[in-house]
Order: sequence, then C-alpha cells, then structure tokens
Amino acid sequence: MKAMLRRIGAATWARSLEFVRDRSSLGWNLVFPILMVAGLALVFSGPGQPLFKVAVIAPPAAALDAGLHPFLGTPQVQFYREDTVAAALPKVQRHRIDLLVDVTAQPPHYWVNTQSPKGALLERLIAGSGGAAMRREATTGREIRYVDWVAPGVLGMNMMFACLFGIGYVIVRYRKNGYLKRLNATPLRAVEFLVAQLLSRLTLILIVNALVFGACRLLLGLRMEGSYLDLLVVVAVGAFSMIAMGLVVSARLASEELAGGILNVISTPMMVVCGVFFSMDGAPRALQIAAECLPLTHLLNAARAIMLDGAGLAQLAYPLGVLALMSAVYLALGAALFKWRQD
Amino acid sequence: MMNAATPPLLEVRDLVKHFKQVQAVNGLSFDVRPGTCFGLLGPNGAGKSTTIEICEGLLKPTSGSVRYKGEALGRRYRERVGIQFQSTALQDHLTVIENLRFFSALYPVRRPIDELIALCRLEEFLDRDSKKLSGGQRQRLLLAIALVNDPELLFLDEPTTGLDPQARRNFWDLVTDIKAAGKTIVLTTHYMEEAYLLCDEIVIVDRGRIIAQGVPSQLLAEHFNDSMLEVPAAEAHKLAATGLTGVAKGEAVEIQTADVNTAVAALLAGGVSLAQLRIRPRTLEDLFIELTGRGLRE
Repeated sequence: MKAMLRRIGAATWARSLEFVRDRSSLGWNLVFPILMVAGLALVFSGPGQPLFKVAVIAPPAAALDAGLHPFLGTPQVQFYREDTVAAALPKVQRHRIDLLVDVTAQPPHYWVNTQSPKGALLERLIAGSGGAAMRREATTGREIRYVDWVAPGVLGMNMMFACLFGIGYVIVRYRKNGYLKRLNATPLRAVEFLVAQLLSRLTLILIVNALVFGACRLLLGLRMEGSYLDLLVVVAVGAFSMIAMGLVVSARLASEELAGGILNVISTPMMVVCGVFFSMDGAPRALQIAAECLPLTHLLNAARAIMLDGAGLAQLAYPLGVLALMSAVYLALGAALFKWRQD
Repeated sequence: MMNAATPPLLEVRDLVKHFKQVQAVNGLSFDVRPGTCFGLLGPNGAGKSTTIEICEGLLKPTSGSVRYKGEALGRRYRERVGIQFQSTALQDHLTVIENLRFFSALYPVRRPIDELIALCRLEEFLDRDSKKLSGGQRQRLLLAIALVNDPELLFLDEPTTGLDPQARRNFWDLVTDIKAAGKTIVLTTHYMEEAYLLCDEIVIVDRGRIIAQGVPSQLLAEHFNDSMLEVPAAEAHKLAATGLTGVAKGEAVEIQTADVNTAVAALLAGGVSLAQLRIRPRTLEDLFIELTGRGLRE
C-alpha cells in the first residue's frame, strides 16, 4: 500500500512538473478563458438581442400559434413550451425569458417582470393583439446580467477542453513515443498511472480555474451568491468526470490526429448543447435529452445554481449524483480498455 | 567462466512468437549464465527485439517458456530486472536528476542515486532537460534508469544504435564496468564488433532462428582457419598475375587465405602495392555472411 502510494505520488509529481514547466501552454490556459469571458461581456453589454423569448403553458396537442391566442402570432417573438408555472417563473424573475403566458388558465394569465423593459413592451403587444383579455401577474427579481450567466458557461467549457485534451493528448503522445512502454517495464501499474494522471490534471485544473475565476470576478464583478466551498466541490466532481471521459478516449489510441478528431467530436456537441452560451430552454426535446447525457450540462447547472441562486450542495444532489455516476463509469471503462503499447 | 555446472539465471526454451502476419521468433532456446554478458546478434528484423521483450516479460510468447532462477516470470520479475529499450522517450521538461528520482521511486529496492550518477557519468548534465541531451548522454541516462533498482539481470536492446563512434566506445566502457561489478547482461546488437568486445557468449539469429551459438572467439575458430587480405580496388587489375582470387567489396578487394605469408609474397611478386594492404582476422560479420550468404545490413 505504501509502495503503491509512493508510485502514484511520484508519477503525479512528474506529470505536474511537466505541465507547469510548459510555460506557453500554462500561460494560454490562464489567459484564454479570461479573454473569452471579457470578450463576451463586451459583445453582450451593448443593446440586447432583438429577439423576445416567451414561455407558453398550453394544452399538449395544441400548436403554439395565433389559434391559441392572437398574441402568439406576433412576429419576431420566440414562443416555446413550458410545462408548469413553477418551472418557468424563476426564468422570468431572472430575466432569462421576457414573459410567461398560461393559456390553459381561465382567463389566460401572463407573468411579467416589472423591472424588465422587454416585458413592458410585450405587455403592450398583448393588449394590442385583439385577443381575449389576459390576467396580469407581476413578479420581480434581480436581473442577472448575461455575463453573470455566461461566465460559468465559458469557464466550464474551457475546463472541459483542458480536461479532455489535456489528458487525452498527453496519454496518446506517451503511447506513441514509447514512454508508456518504458513505464510498463517498471512496477508501476496501469491503474496507478491513470490515477496519477487524473490527480495531477485535476489539481492543476482546479488551481488554474480558481485563478481565472478570481480574475473574472475582479474584472467583471461576477455574481456569486453561494458558498465558494460548494462551488469547489461541484467543479472538482465535474472536472473529475470530464478527465475520466478523456481517459476512455485515450485508452488505446496511438495517433494524436485521431485522438484530436475524436475529442473534437465529443467536445463540439458539449459546447453547443450543454448551455455554455445560451440557455437550452425551448430547445428541441432531442437536444435536451442529449444534453442530459453529457457531464458539462450537469456541471454548469450546478455551478450556476450556486453562483446565481445561492443553492447549497443538498439542493444539488441530482447533478452531483449524475456526475459521480458518469465518473465511475468512465474510469472503469478507461482502466479496462487501457493499453500500454500500440499494437 | 563458462562453467556449465552453474545453474542458468535465465532459461529460454522453444520460444515461438507469431504476430498477425509474421512469425518473428521460430523456436529459440538458450541459457544465460550468471555474471556473463549474453549477446543476441542478427540483422534488423531477425527477431532480436521480440525475443528480448519476451525475456523481459513484456510480451507473451505464442509458445515456449522463459524461466528466471528456475521460476516462471511473475509480477515481481519487473522489480528485479533492469531494462533499456532501443528507443524510449522520457517525459518532457524533466531534468536528468528528476527522471532518475522518478524511476527510482517506482521500485521497492533502490540503488543510491549518487552511485548511479557516478557509475554512468552523469555529473556534468544532472540539471539539464532530458530532451536537450546528446545521443550518448541520453543512452547513459537510460542506462542509469535501467539500473535504479540495482538489478541482477540487465537487458540492453541495441543500446548503441545511432551513436557516433566515440559515444559508442564510451558506452562500451560503461557496460564493461557493469559486467565487472558482477551483473548479468543480455544484449542485442547488429554491430558484430560490439558483440565481439562485450559478449562472453552469443547466439546469431536470422529470420527467427538461431544459426550459430557459442563463445565468439571459439565460433570464429570453428568456422575459419584463414585470414582476410584487403587490397585497394585500384590495385585489383594486378591480381590476375599473382594467382590469387579476390571478391570486390566496396573500395577494396578481399582475398581469403589460410597462409598470409605466402599470399603477401605473391602480391609482392605480382607488383601489387602493399601501401594500403590490410590484413585482418575473420570477424563475426564474416561468419554471418558465411552462414547466410547475406550481409548483416542487406
């Protein structure tokens, strides 16, 4: 046991030294996410997007069009379906959507955030739509700036790349240049080697992202409602699962090009469907199911819940549980498939 | 030294290894006695590396067996032997001393690092990034890494391939020192000079089979009772008058003779200039050609 820990420790330390001494890549890991968040903040700080987004609660079979209520025929407004008022109302309060309409109620209701200029405009449109009168329900809630919402997404995305490519490329390179074969000739076991790679990557990713998070909070005044410790736990579990995902990809490959291709096939959909830049509210059902199967979705949901709503770990049992389960599956698969040498 | 009564450290029996399309090793058997340097010789693709990797416990043979001290190779075998591969990358951005410490930490029994540094003459570049070492320095570091666990048995797979002559000679000196310290060495090489200098016993392997086995000097004595004269190609046209026949080889013509004195006298009588004449004993390279009809690097 002691010998095993010594071997894992030595391999973790050696890998960490290699990473930290690769100055160019370390610098890039630190600077890129800050630039990205700052860039997005700049882009989205101007006039808002022209599109209005309205959640509608309607009978399941009915199409969301003017047949339900003339207001639903308004051009330039995106209408999408929500199931319950309870699920949709917080989105109105946080300015993620501009209005919530319930056409199943008699008379129809709508909820508007009294602090939202877009909401006020939409109210006028309802009044002028010529349909049945709707009952107004006012709500309020502190507006969440886009940057507050998008920053966790960008940091999470950056972390995903660091996890997948950081572990995937390194192991594939080690296999290709014969370093793994050399290690195989020592008493180091496959599982010890993998754990060392995981620990080294995880530690460094947590340190780098803590620095980046600090810088973003300082530069952009990011909102942080919950506990830093909870956020650290969530980020650690999320990063662990994505590193473990990288282990699976790199378990056998000896070509960096092929590994890069496969990692792109995994990371690009994650970037698109996991809600990095835009909320997946109103997205087609299939995409939402796909998002559920990817670790980044759960990481971002949990991180945003802590940062924006001040959620505690107890409320995050579902995303944390899913991430832990994914980690276990990936790790078992990665260790089972692992090969020291190319065939 | 070659006491047949000493039990072998490594016993290899009827080793066969098939890959998908090739039969790399085709029934090899040999013993490696403690304290000796054992050489596996042969051209590229002869099956040397496959054989040594099976002996190292890294490849499973298709059939046949390898026994270390009379026992099958188990999990702990790796802790007890030292291995230097033909080509190995090390981790980037680690210095020589960090590489040594890392590999050392992987073993239960460790030789003091200071000793390794002195033995392999690493003092001058201890803090250099291992990527920035010359070929010879790199091989010395890899040798030190192979010795971190103070192994009784050391495997060297083509350790001097690609080195310049000076670096190769330095490496031979190191191997000689290690041998003198009582270690057993299994070496593969396609340099016959290296095998002749370092090995107490050799097997010559070709196409996965052993074609000769024994002590290098005895093997040569068994197969040859003659010497080789090398006359520069420019003088070749005068050979007809001497009654000697030669075979052109590169810039020279080689004449085989059992009686050097008579042959030289014939050359003199024929007016052949002796200024560039070379007389050499037969080598393992000659033996390989004799046995296979091919050159080692063809």
